[in-house]
Amino acid sequence: MDVFLQQVINGLVMGSMYALVALGYTMVYGIINLINFAHGEVLMVGALTSWSAIGMMQGAMPGAPGWVILILATLIACVVAVVLNFSIEKIAYRPLRNSPKLAPLITAIGMSILLQTLAMIIWKPNYKAYPTLLSSTPINMGGVVITPTQIMILGVTAVSLAVLMWLVNYTRLGRAMRATSENPRVAALMGVKPDMVISATFVIGAILAAIAGVMYASNYGTAQHAMGFLPGLKAFTAAVFGGIGNLSGAVIGGILLGLIEAIGSGYIGYVTGGVLGSHYTDIFAFIVLIIVLTLRPSGLMGERVADRA
Amino acid sequence: MKNNKTLQFLLIGVALLALPLVLQIFGNAWVRIADMALLYILLAIGLNIVVGYAGLLDLGYVAFFAVGAYMYGLLSSPHLVNTFAWIAASFPEGMHMPIWLIVPVGAALAGIFGMLLGAPTLKLRGDYLAIVTLGFGEIIRVFMNNLDHPVNITNGPKGLDQIDPISVFGLNLGKKLMIGDFEIASVSLYYYLFLSLVLVTILISHRLEVSRIGRAWMAIREDEIAAKAMGLNTRNLKLLAFGMGATFGGVSGAMFAGFQGFISPESFSLMESVMIVAMVVLGGLGYLPGVILGAILLSALPEVLRYVAGPLQEMTGGRLDASIMRQLLVALAMIVIMLMRPRGLWPSPEHGQSLKTK
Repeated sequence: MDVFLQQVINGLVMGSMYALVALGYTMVYGIINLINFAHGEVLMVGALTSWSAIGMMQGAMPGAPGWVILILATLIACVVAVVLNFSIEKIAYRPLRNSPKLAPLITAIGMSILLQTLAMIIWKPNYKAYPTLLSSTPINMGGVVITPTQIMILGVTAVSLAVLMWLVNYTRLGRAMRATSENPRVAALMGVKPDMVISATFVIGAILAAIAGVMYASNYGTAQHAMGFLPGLKAFTAAVFGGIGNLSGAVIGGILLGLIEAIGSGYIGYVTGGVLGSHYTDIFAFIVLIIVLTLRPSGLMGERVADRA
Repeated sequence: MKNNKTLQFLLIGVALLALPLVLQIFGNAWVRIADMALLYILLAIGLNIVVGYAGLLDLGYVAFFAVGAYMYGLLSSPHLVNTFAWIAASFPEGMHMPIWLIVPVGAALAGIFGMLLGAPTLKLRGDYLAIVTLGFGEIIRVFMNNLDHPVNITNGPKGLDQIDPISVFGLNLGKKLMIGDFEIASVSLYYYLFLSLVLVTILISHRLEVSRIGRAWMAIREDEIAAKAMGLNTRNLKLLAFGMGATFGGVSGAMFAGFQGFISPESFSLMESVMIVAMVVLGGLGYLPGVILGAILLSALPEVLRYVAGPLQEMTGGRLDASIMRQLLVALAMIVIMLMRPRGLWPSPEHGQSLKTK
């Protein structure tokens, strides 16, 4: 039972990071119907920027408490990620808004490779040890172990989600975003500026991705130029899983995916008698995805039937 | 007019035939680049059936390439014989299957995998399909990586080596051929094999394009519901597209394994799938000359640059090495070409209609 609870906690931690990244995918998809392949790279840039910022701050002000440095580094990472994602949209997606559908997809993939390569040039390709800024003594709760970093991840995710939900549901901008994703042309007739809304969507997505990047790096203790790929892929899977374009779907998809992965990889060796081990973890996400989409082609909470490419 | 065209064909033909012999003078590495470009053309044409004609975005195409390659690798390398005693007992001289067996089997297996992938995804369109195919590609790769225990089938991340070179009609392409004093290097022999395969593929693909099936695929691409209303069996047609595309992937995979002599899961990453999609889209979706152009551009050009990039590496103190440079250029090319020509470098002249007015 302890093993089970432990895996549930690990799954929730992973899942909440997936959820944050998945929101970025799903918001962009909901508004301009584009898979933003470069989103995982925004996460990576966020993580690496915060790594550099932490290094600098630890040099400049020794003795500052870890959480202050972490918050400052996250803020810096957010700013860089926002500028980056904003420019990506301006340069690579906006000119192609009325082009054949595959064109922006290819520029998105190109952007993703470009960012990875640039990061490799700027930060060198080696793995960087990401400093542990919060206390590393795990807290034992009745046989289940959780680290302060993991508690922070759960807390930050909850706060970010609450802020996002408020933004989307109760502000002018949120209303404009919902209207644009419903029908961009009619929204424009009602005085919504689609370009502004789309930029805002990319900015919000970047903030969430940067936060997720910092947390991902602190959780694993490393950062590297290729680190954005797998979480990006999984988060996208989570977004599709929950029904792409649907915000609560992305959150539920992300958390479910994290749980399925953690529990699956925790038990697969036991169930199959050691034949299949935990290195099959990465497959779970995709197998679940294929099953869900076969049974419910528009995802768990998707309303629209994806009927045109 | 007609004479002119025949002359053109002849000239292009002679140029294609002479190319490896000329490149060979500068070194076999250059012929290798041409060989790889031909393999990519093969893959791109195969994927074009799925993405270009039927409009089904497949981001896991490399899985079929991998299936073909592993089929060849397993059936003509010492791996299986070394691992399983009973196989060793039935093949005392080692497994050396002829390509006449391997290639059809590999192609058929890849085709079956293609249909297997197609079956659950029939109801999906667009991006859902893209992510499922992507997941399928990853699943195949993870299995290749981990099927070395409990039973060692794929030899895991270490891959398969000592794969027999391809031999056609008793001619072993792994060794150089001497005609009198003139020497044709092994890579050039492969070039001719791949070239003939590409020509056959182009022929098949072109005939498909203008056939009833091709028109049906394009109808599905343009509007699936309307196509269904016209009485097309969209389910079977989509499965056929997946199967056909995968078959081409399987054949080129088998060729790749024989050509390289070594395969490992690393060669079949998601990045490869993405590159093949990029070739098809950059060149011109659904249009054979465009697809071929895209494949040549994205496969050969960066390789050529790799040789030029040496001095650059010295200039930047090792930060910009050849492979990084190559990635950078591919990425920039993808973005810039799409921004300037969203329909591809050489798009099909009439969009969406395949019936030509003669």
